[in-house]
Amino acid sequence: MSVTAASQPATDEAPTRRRVRRAPGSPGRRPLTGLMFVAPTGVIVAGLFLVPLAILVYMSFTDWPLLASPTPNGVDNYRNLAHDDRFVGAIGFTLLYTAITTVVLFAIAFALVAISNSHRRGTRFYRTAFFLPYVVGTAAASTMWWVDSSDSLGVFNRILEAVGLIHKPVGFLDTPGKALFSVITLVVWKFIGFQVLVLLVGVQSIPNELYEAARVDGASTWQRLRYITVPGLKPTLALLTVLSVTGSLLAFDQFFVLTHGGPDNSTVTVVLALYNKAFQSFRLGDAAAEAVVLLVALILLNFIQLRLLRNRENS
Amino acid sequence: MAPGTDRSAAPAGARRRGLLSVAAVAAALTLAVAACGSGGSKSTSSNPDDGTQLTMWVRSATDQFSQRLVDAYNQSHKNQVKLTIIPNDNYLTKVGAAAGSHSLPDILASDVVYTPNYTKQGLFADITSDIKALPYFSSIAQSHITVATYQGKIYAVPHKLDSSVLFYNKDLFTKAGIDKPPANFADILADARKITALGNGVTGFDIAGSCGGCGVYTLFPYAWAAGVDILPDNGKKVNINNDAFKAVFTLYKQLTDEKLVDSSDKAQDGSTWPANFEAGKVGMLALGSPIVGDLLKQTSFQWGVTPLMAPDGSKTSTFIGGDVAGIAATSKHQAQAWDFLKWTLDDNAQVEIIAKNGDLPGRTDLSGNKYTAADPRTKLIADGLKNGHTPFALPFGDLFNNPNGPWVETIRAAIYGNDVNKALSDGQAKIQAGLDAAG
Repeated sequence: MSVTAASQPATDEAPTRRRVRRAPGSPGRRPLTGLMFVAPTGVIVAGLFLVPLAILVYMSFTDWPLLASPTPNGVDNYRNLAHDDRFVGAIGFTLLYTAITTVVLFAIAFALVAISNSHRRGTRFYRTAFFLPYVVGTAAASTMWWVDSSDSLGVFNRILEAVGLIHKPVGFLDTPGKALFSVITLVVWKFIGFQVLVLLVGVQSIPNELYEAARVDGASTWQRLRYITVPGLKPTLALLTVLSVTGSLLAFDQFFVLTHGGPDNSTVTVVLALYNKAFQSFRLGDAAAEAVVLLVALILLNFIQLRLLRNRENS
Repeated sequence: MAPGTDRSAAPAGARRRGLLSVAAVAAALTLAVAACGSGGSKSTSSNPDDGTQLTMWVRSATDQFSQRLVDAYNQSHKNQVKLTIIPNDNYLTKVGAAAGSHSLPDILASDVVYTPNYTKQGLFADITSDIKALPYFSSIAQSHITVATYQGKIYAVPHKLDSSVLFYNKDLFTKAGIDKPPANFADILADARKITALGNGVTGFDIAGSCGGCGVYTLFPYAWAAGVDILPDNGKKVNINNDAFKAVFTLYKQLTDEKLVDSSDKAQDGSTWPANFEAGKVGMLALGSPIVGDLLKQTSFQWGVTPLMAPDGSKTSTFIGGDVAGIAATSKHQAQAWDFLKWTLDDNAQVEIIAKNGDLPGRTDLSGNKYTAADPRTKLIADGLKNGHTPFALPFGDLFNNPNGPWVETIRAAIYGNDVNKALSDGQAKIQAGLDAAG
């Protein structure tokens, strides 16, 4: 990028002269200068990502107990994964969770965008209210939810009892279904603000003239939505889908803090399974293998998603 | 972490000034003995109290307990121990990482159930000759010495001792017209019914339905009392599919089905377990000596303790838990670290710091000390230690304490499922598979 920008002032000159002038200098000096500029980033990426990644991959081919010294064991860890019911179950649960979360987040976000994009009074208040939970950390929010949803300590049951909807505590974390429901309410409350904000920016970046022109041509509300808003929002929707899917596949805090993977191991996500393998069972080699599998899956998924989105934009 | 710890410790230290002067005198006496006792083998100088900075790690479960000991030692010694408190859940991870990079502290405490992992890996220095030279060696809590022993050598001393019992709310018992604590499972059920019938949100019993550690701590003793060896063959086998555990879970299932426990019990992961009992809303609670300190401080209701019993009430038992502390094999201050450990075992620290706060002394010859003996409840807990056990298995934490482990699954299937027998036979198979996998 910077190279193109730097060479742009030279476009006025004759092509031949430019080629002559650049030939002796650029292959020697320019790349070196460029390298020096990217070197700090390169060092950081290498030190904090590539080297640890290499260690992780190495770990995944060893039997690595936390306290003893590691011994290489080939592809045993990967073979174990295929027979690990907990890990396979976690993949299924994580996909289910990702699907539900993504759909629910979008559905609610659209409704809230409609509210906060109107010109009624109180719009600013709503926007702030929707966004506020986003600044709470996930672990802190999960702890809040854990306390609030408790039968004996929490306010959720008290409120529902006070308005007469229930007569005894619900037990928000007692069954797999209720636990998943509680996590999804937490995630919606926590992340909806970001979703709404990004969508709002997307909606407002669509030029008003288009709507006016359409209205003049007699387009109905539905037609304006179908032919102006949705196409105009495509890049935004693409971005949010990628973020939401990736974030949900990597979900950890809310399950670790709120459900501990329970009840009866019904809410164990892939990252929670990986964490347990490493820090409950202390089998670092197996955990590393899971991490590698997860990494590869995420890279593939993001590649496919971006590819699909790019095609759509081109067409 | 350290600044926070120091701040909270300061007022507590001030309050104990009187106690500390006593401690100082005793410590001076101790030093004289120490100079004679452990002079030869390790110390680089004749007096191990030479102003060395020592580091010590404990898990957060023992934070205030450890802080009291360290404060008193620092006040009366030139050596200074710097205490670092690490959250329970991160302890093993942190120790593992530090062991790998040779950055362990001088003194390392450890939950007794994890200790065999450390001794097996050689993290601790051998202190066999030092500890055997102590005049009261034979009365140091045997349970803790056993878990700290590996291949005939001793690697750690008791740091904190705790023991599980059945607490009961005397006020609620009186109101319900019951005049004595339960002596067997039939009593527990009958008493729980009467107390729950009092109404007002009061429940007869309290179960931690999502907490493996709680289950180990309070359910194992019922089975031990019935004569079951739960982890025989040096922790290579497990034995939970038997009549004793069937009786235990049948009782707990019945208590749950008849709603004699609070509805929040099903999700109870241990973190707020004693809260309802301490609020005076629960008739009976199986838990342990760590809550005695809090119960002694509250004045809103009278409480009593009774041992955990076999289903038929014929015998009693207890889980002896807590922590041991050893010297890291990599420590450069072994003599000084031993000076601290030895000081914590001496009469003064055991009685004036540990027992005075309602905790259990780590020596059986001191169970009759003036603080423990003065209260029949703490005396009952201390006396019960002779029937106690500390389970041993290398992957203990992974199988029993892990919230996603097979033991929690077994407890929940047995109490909240339909078939206790099937839950226990499934659990037996899964836990045994875990033990087999660990070799």
